Amino acid sequence: MIAQGTQTSIGQPNVVAMVFFFVIIAITLGITYWAARRTRTTEHFYAAGRTVSPVQNGLALAGDYMSAASFLGIAGLVSTTGFDGLIYSTGWLVGWPVVLFLIAEPLRNLGKYTFADVVALRLKQVPVRIAAAIGTLATVVFYLIAQMVGAGGLIKLMFGLSYETAIIIVGAAMIAYVLFGGMLATTWVQIVKAVLLLGGAFLLAMLVLARFGFNPSALFGAAAAKYGDAVLAPGKLVSNPWDAISLGMALMFGTAGLPHILMRFYTVPDARAARTSVFYATGLIGFFYLLTFVLGFGAMVYVGPDAIRAVDKGGNMAAPLLAEFIGGTPFLGFIAAVAFATILAVVAGLALAGASALSHDLWVNVVRGGKASGDEELKVARGATVVLGVAAVLLGITFKGQNVAFMVSLAFAIAASGNFPALLLSIFWRRFSTAGAVASILTGTFGTLLLIWLSPTIQVDVLQHSGAWFPLKNPALVTIPLSFLVGIVVSLLTSPSGANERFVHHERQMHMGAASGD
Amino acid sequence: MIQPAGTSATEIRALARARGRIALILTTVMIVIYFGFIALIAFDKTLLGRRIGSGLSLGILLGALVIVASWLLTWFYVRWMNANYDTALRAIGDREAGR
Repeated sequence: MIAQGTQTSIGQPNVVAMVFFFVIIAITLGITYWAARRTRTTEHFYAAGRTVSPVQNGLALAGDYMSAASFLGIAGLVSTTGFDGLIYSTGWLVGWPVVLFLIAEPLRNLGKYTFADVVALRLKQVPVRIAAAIGTLATVVFYLIAQMVGAGGLIKLMFGLSYETAIIIVGAAMIAYVLFGGMLATTWVQIVKAVLLLGGAFLLAMLVLARFGFNPSALFGAAAAKYGDAVLAPGKLVSNPWDAISLGMALMFGTAGLPHILMRFYTVPDARAARTSVFYATGLIGFFYLLTFVLGFGAMVYVGPDAIRAVDKGGNMAAPLLAEFIGGTPFLGFIAAVAFATILAVVAGLALAGASALSHDLWVNVVRGGKASGDEELKVARGATVVLGVAAVLLGITFKGQNVAFMVSLAFAIAASGNFPALLLSIFWRRFSTAGAVASILTGTFGTLLLIWLSPTIQVDVLQHSGAWFPLKNPALVTIPLSFLVGIVVSLLTSPSGANERFVHHERQMHMGAASGD
Repeated sequence: MIQPAGTSATEIRALARARGRIALILTTVMIVIYFGFIALIAFDKTLLGRRIGSGLSLGILLGALVIVASWLLTWFYVRWMNANYDTALRAIGDREAGR
């Protein structure tokens, strides 16, 4: 458990961590109780009554987005490989301007609860809703598995609980937030988490920089002096140039196709608020990723790559180990609790997005042909939340001990290739047809799944075969253009009757918002 | 009645085209900046490893600048939209309401 020459209390019950852990559970359940009394209609449940302010939504978007993979994962990657981790730090941010320029405002003006509302708006409801629900659920499920397995492992390491207990606690808290408090509780859980995570990461980074006279260069220089100049330059993560570009495409365009992020734009009053909230989110998330530079190199200097790998092979414990070095066991406990809050918030957002696809897209608009009452939809949405929560716990236990690190980038690749092209084309291209939308979503989703199966990610890293049929670790370089191409060609072949008039009709709503639309 | 409604529709479309142009330009700039950075990582590792100053490599500096560029682009877009687009849309809405 303990590496040579390194003293760490990671893996032993930590009193401070336990106290923070219970404080976080108590606060978030208190929020849920408060929110539950304000959650009576579907508009409350899915969209927090559309009363969330731009600053609140900016924080909540940041909370939804900064997962344990980015906090613990990037810090770990930088601390063990140096510069290479920064590919993720930058890639996960540059998706946000794209969301702002192309998606946020039209989405807010055209839709109600899910991104499928926008794609299906002027097309045939049933086929488009089914395809969009498949794209949504594929993204959500892979993201959720990665978070659950990560959560089980992390909580086991940090609090000394068993893996299964940890998964069940996370699942139960997630179900409680979403089931009773809907989007309002989920939003506030995100805000609490974003403040904790940004505050914790900032404090840790400042304490590291204080030892270098607040000069980041001196920190990087110390890392290079200890582990060689190579840590400041690109390394073996990008041995194949096309791999780097393909990964970059998945990271950049995946953000604009993540259902739990897109859903958040319906919680603000109008398009202007949606726009402003992305501005705040980009600022907060960018600031956080700049901090990961410092945390990663700080952990490299003070803990060391070997000691970090000795505690967790993936390097995920770099930030907690650094906290322990800087501030002792109490600070380790605090950072561990922050990581726990991070996981809780992300899985709650994912569960709500998945439940909306099941209830709003599949049940109401496919099974009931759009004619379900609000009460019925609310009941189905709550049922779907429980189903998804239980499924997440079972999947988390099923994938125990498996290598699921690739599932986050898989979720991004599906979002970028399955959801993003159809959403973009439905907003900007008047000839986009029902068949085109369905073909684009299904090609993007299943193409990504097929190619990732044939890629070194599964064949070599997971199945331990010697080679793979498809050369790239991430298929986005192929699947994003393919999904656009299929969507465009199929639309041109199936010239839709009346699609043009319907596009003109909705054009006004897209720019002015629903209130002044018709 | 037909005339002013037609004018509004034309104005909204012109406004939408201006917004579309800004959005397209800014998206392209973001793509060029990020994939320029990625291309350097992929094809010219030694350049990015070059030191500028005591411990700062060109790669780390450019990585931080990609984040700063994202901030500036979003800031520019929000400022442009708030100043031009919203004002013009509101003027159209007010005129229609007063009609």
